[in-house]
Amino acid sequence: MTVLLIALGAAVGAPLRYLTDRAVQSRHDSAFPWGTLTVNVVGSLLLGVLVGWPTGPAVTALLGTGFCGALTTYSTFSYETLRLTQGGHRLLALANVVGSVAAGLAAAAAGYALTRALLG
Amino acid sequence: MPEPSESRGDPDVDLRVPADRRELTARPATILATIAAGGVLGALARAGLQHVAPHSPTSFPWATFGINLSGCLLIGVLMAVLTHRGGGHPLARPFLGVGVLGGFTTFSAYTVDIQQALVAGAPGTALAYLAATLLGALVAVGLGDAGTAALLRRRAAR
Repeated sequence: MTVLLIALGAAVGAPLRYLTDRAVQSRHDSAFPWGTLTVNVVGSLLLGVLVGWPTGPAVTALLGTGFCGALTTYSTFSYETLRLTQGGHRLLALANVVGSVAAGLAAAAAGYALTRALLG
Repeated sequence: MPEPSESRGDPDVDLRVPADRRELTARPATILATIAAGGVLGALARAGLQHVAPHSPTSFPWATFGINLSGCLLIGVLMAVLTHRGGGHPLARPFLGVGVLGGFTTFSAYTVDIQQALVAGAPGTALAYLAATLLGALVAVGLGDAGTAALLRRRAAR
């Protein structure tokens, strides 16, 4: 059952990352990877909410391990940083690293704190 | 002949690459189903490794650490191979790059595990994990890309 829920979450999360990335790029013609930053921050926020909310193993498998895990990505983040460096955009590469980690951590903490505050 | 992967910055999708711009309108169901299938395989592999090597909020998340580093090494290898082949099979990047490796690696578990280590009162573990994953991932993707490109050049020169 857990395997099925993880698979279902990932089957939605991975294509949604691709579609979000496309949508963001079609609006921002920029060398900075806004699309990947978006999915990584949103996924961190949602997983922060889930961890702060004792929902049980089924919801964790579906939305946490499956959906958030597949929506967010470390491989794309690292490759984009490498390509920025190779293209001579060292400052953008540094901004991507610092910005992604800082915004992702802030989102995770905000999601967790918000849920905890709402649940009392 | 144009090199579709020459200017690629984003392995998921890069709208500056003409083939990427066209792929979704040409066959949306095939592309999205391919990404979903790869994503399921990657996520299940990640879940399996995390299940085999679980961690407490105060301990170092070794499974996710290994997953993210190996996924970054492999995206470097994959993109070097695809670039060498002028983009490769049209479904190779969606399946292996966007799907399998994107679904295998995770940014949300990375940030939340750091945040949870801080909440649990283990700032040393949080900082070590933050830095080790970040530096390790960047070294891994660089090695994967450069090592594969060098191997392919040497083979082509023979």
